[in-house]
Amino acid sequence: MNSHFLRALFFLLIVRPVVLVVIGLNLRRRELLPSDGPALVVANHNSHLDALVLMSLFPIRKLRRVRPVAAADFYMVGGWKEWFALQIIGILPLKRDVRRRGPVEPGGPRRRRADPLAGIVESLDRSEIVILFPEGTRGEPEEPTKLKPGVAHLVKRRPNVPVTPVFMHGLGKALPAGEALLVPFFCDVYIGEPFRWGGDRAAFIDDLSGRMQSLAEELGRPAWR
Amino acid sequence: MFRTLPPEVVWTLVGVLAALAVASLAAAALRALQPKTDHSELTARIRTWWVIVVLFGGAVLLGRGASLAFFAFVSFLALKEYLSLIPTRRADRRVLFWAYLAIPVQYALIGYENYGVFIVFIPVYLFLALPIRALLIGETEGYINAVATLQWGLMTTVFTLSHAAYLLVFEPFATPRVAPDWPSEASAAAPGAGLLLLLVLLTQANDVAQYLWGKSIGRAKVAPSVSPGKTWGGLVGGVATTIALAGLIGPRLTLLDPPRALLAGAIIGVGGFFGDLSISALKRDLGVKDSGSTLPGHGGVLDRVDSLSYAAPLFFHFVYFLY
Repeated sequence: MNSHFLRALFFLLIVRPVVLVVIGLNLRRRELLPSDGPALVVANHNSHLDALVLMSLFPIRKLRRVRPVAAADFYMVGGWKEWFALQIIGILPLKRDVRRRGPVEPGGPRRRRADPLAGIVESLDRSEIVILFPEGTRGEPEEPTKLKPGVAHLVKRRPNVPVTPVFMHGLGKALPAGEALLVPFFCDVYIGEPFRWGGDRAAFIDDLSGRMQSLAEELGRPAWR
Repeated sequence: MFRTLPPEVVWTLVGVLAALAVASLAAAALRALQPKTDHSELTARIRTWWVIVVLFGGAVLLGRGASLAFFAFVSFLALKEYLSLIPTRRADRRVLFWAYLAIPVQYALIGYENYGVFIVFIPVYLFLALPIRALLIGETEGYINAVATLQWGLMTTVFTLSHAAYLLVFEPFATPRVAPDWPSEASAAAPGAGLLLLLVLLTQANDVAQYLWGKSIGRAKVAPSVSPGKTWGGLVGGVATTIALAGLIGPRLTLLDPPRALLAGAIIGVGGFFGDLSISALKRDLGVKDSGSTLPGHGGVLDRVDSLSYAAPLFFHFVYFLY
């Protein structure tokens, strides 16, 4: 049995029933999700379930081409966790700590900076659909945080790739960071119009933040404290 | 399973399917006559009715276990919708988990026909126990709101709806206040399915009748700030229609005699109206139009069972008192 088959089985028998019955979706404009790659889907991040719910919105036969970006320091720790993340979910591991390197010897050779985005760029070049959470971490559940600049660096390198913003609410209540008990809550998934790189990094982040903000306002759920 | 079901129950289900088929044909005719108007809302609404009727009817035909599971699932969806809509506290996640666990317990109590515990489990024991769970977590800010809204939600989505399911196991007392007027021999052996079917049928028909009468003759509004669509004309016309329907179906389907059937129609008509209004007030308070999107054309599950949350306990206690 190859991992694509196991992934299809995992989503068909476990993820989809849990998402449909235990959680339940309130989905707006599913048709705006990309049907083919290369494409980038960006969403706010509240829970481990975010990536699974977003992936469950794609047809099973397309799943092998849908790749969520996930923190290498969290998942690439060997053992079953790494195997599961790579083989069943199909994550693209991202090293979050590239800037924090040891001191360079004075006069010694400059250490080459590893390219943290290389894996994602290659995936886009293979015409895959990449899911990215530009907030970087799940953080406080149901509280939007500032977008990290990485997404702009990525889109700048592949400016023709359409970017679909998605705002999600509810999964942070159902399974927030640091909790193991799943409590049923409906999950709102509001999908925005795809857009493209405009030529400037800061402007792109502003544009994306504005789109996420207006999706959040369209939904209009009260803060969760 | 099929053998124990009284024939009038099966025939009523067939009648509901026939009525739905007529509605589908009428909608198709409307689409053909007015091709320019958008009928997608009506089409979705009728399609969802088919799903509801097939699931509910199938559960009733399959027997008690399937029907209890069906109602437990409806309660689960309604409670989940409610808890997702209202502002909950982060600290209360575990309290809400225990509230969900109330659903299997409440419906299992029906399965065991334990009326004594069924009737006090949520209003007494959970009323006392859930605040204890919240107290142990220790967050006092917003405490009153949190425990009060949770209890109201459990009452509305689990306790009241479970009364509809309890009809399934209802048996008249050995010495009832009113002698049962059995429509068939089989119904004396299984009186529950007919009562449940009558309640659900009349409640849903009442919703439709209130809506249609309100559209055609209503002007003066009953509660304009809560639901501007509800008029006195709609209320009176809807209740009158429900009473007439109850008089027509009630004695043929259940142990109710004609005068009690008419009274049951009035209780369900008026109760259903206020159940609808109660959920309208909840949605208006929260600033949402629909309680969810689970049932295309209807909105959420709460939007569909709002009238039942009032009609079910009122009808149940009416029957329980008399028989």
